[in-house]
Amino acid sequence: MGAVAAALGAGGPLFVDFPFESQYVTSIIYVSLYVSVIAVAISTLVSVPTAIVVGFSDFRGKHFLTTVINTGMGFPSVVVGLVVLVMVSHEGPLGEFDLVFTKKAMIMSQFVLATPPITGITLAAVTGVNEEVRDAAFALGGTRTDVALTIVKEARYGIATAVLAGFGRAISEVGSVLIVGGNIAGANGVSRTRTLTTAIRLEARSGRYDLALLLGAILVALVLVVNAIVIRLGDTGGGGLR
Amino acid sequence: MPIQRRDLLAALGTGATAGLAGCSGVLGGGDGGDGPEVDGETLTLTTTTSTYDTGLLDALNEPFQEHYGVTVDAVSQGTGAALESAENGNADLVMVHARSLEDEFMREGYGVNRRDLMFNDFVVVGPSDDPAGIEGMDSATEAFNAIAESESAFVSRGDNSGTHTKELVVWEAAGTEPGGSWYQEIGSGMGDALNTADEQGAYTLSDRGTYISMQSNLSLTILVQGPIEDGPELLANPYGVIAVNPAVHDHVNYDLAMAYIGYITGPEGQQVIEDYRMNDKQLFFPRALSEDPDFQQYVPEGWSADDDS
Repeated sequence: MGAVAAALGAGGPLFVDFPFESQYVTSIIYVSLYVSVIAVAISTLVSVPTAIVVGFSDFRGKHFLTTVINTGMGFPSVVVGLVVLVMVSHEGPLGEFDLVFTKKAMIMSQFVLATPPITGITLAAVTGVNEEVRDAAFALGGTRTDVALTIVKEARYGIATAVLAGFGRAISEVGSVLIVGGNIAGANGVSRTRTLTTAIRLEARSGRYDLALLLGAILVALVLVVNAIVIRLGDTGGGGLR
Repeated sequence: MPIQRRDLLAALGTGATAGLAGCSGVLGGGDGGDGPEVDGETLTLTTTTSTYDTGLLDALNEPFQEHYGVTVDAVSQGTGAALESAENGNADLVMVHARSLEDEFMREGYGVNRRDLMFNDFVVVGPSDDPAGIEGMDSATEAFNAIAESESAFVSRGDNSGTHTKELVVWEAAGTEPGGSWYQEIGSGMGDALNTADEQGAYTLSDRGTYISMQSNLSLTILVQGPIEDGPELLANPYGVIAVNPAVHDHVNYDLAMAYIGYITGPEGQQVIEDYRMNDKQLFFPRALSEDPDFQQYVPEGWSADDDS
């Protein structure tokens, strides 16, 4: 992802009369990517195994759990932000770790936001894998791990979609990162917890619509680039299975 | 707390004097090796949207950060939210502008060592065709009543900020309970309120600093002036700075918070405030330096040692 940031940073001079401190913009892009990529990576590590386990086992309450996951996709980000703030606040249960107004707290809230869509969409993808493929993998003497890997391979487009949905949710939400992160930039114009979304909100509030629009364009471009990269990886990385 | 014109002139005079004093400020001294060992520490300051959005805080923080080698994390919220963050121990100090809320904060023990920092004033802004006919009124309450009677659109911050608190004080003084479809609470910052009022041709109460900083994007004009331009004292807007009480929240960076308060209320910080310009206009007027002691700045307003409170 550093490459993406660098590419966009290098794109700065494209704006001929760049009227803003480019360091301000690049540091905001960096914070946005840093927080969202880490949050989505952790979410993926948790979500995909969870989805596979839930998808291929039968237990009481499975239907209920699926409902909970699907409901979580629509969790309002401000509520998540509020709950995370209460948790990390100095009066809260995680108060001693000094997390309030930090990137770590932002990663926590984005993790909570990104996990339900990634789990839900992965679940749908893996349950959609043809039963015959599974049975074939078993019949060929595969262990449970082999079968799981086969399923992941088969469902890779669905899983990629899930990760993208989670990433899209994380990088474009403004409610929770504003509450737990505080939208902080240093006096030297370097962002500490300011993301593209919270910066857009601030710049629009302050009447600097040109800068707000520029940041908005960068945000959209960023989501497009990440989508393209992930889809590309899905195409080349999967071998000849499809 | 009304700002007397005499005080105002005194403060202006102080600022000018400090200006002449030139570059012999506290932070100007070289970097003697025995400075305080605060290198790399972080100071968390919760403040209002007006100090932040106007860019004043960046101008104030840069010399402080350079001198001490620390980072100042400024979180801009409304005054109510800024104090709430500090009550929960999430900030080391607050810079706000609603004396009644500051006093409550101190009475409850969350804040210590309050100082008057600076002031500007509020102005009533609105569309230039002025449907309520308030232009040039020298009473904020009369203007508010005229707006209410003509049911002209009015945008209220509605966010428990210093400006919102002041707006409610003016309504109360006017003896009018605002309500109805003409009165819109937007629950958002000053910039948002100005933009909304601008879009809708509505009136709103704004601090002069934020209004000036956004003036070029707005068609709103000042219809009722604050005390800086000889308007009513009711529209005075004093800012205070308070450290969070380390006896209540023992993890706060109290030493650094006091160093910061020392800096911004000292000659160097006050000079930065005095010199800060936007669109060639001064947004804030320093108020901390005075030869005549004002003991009321340290305690809740009206407090005296004879009280039981």
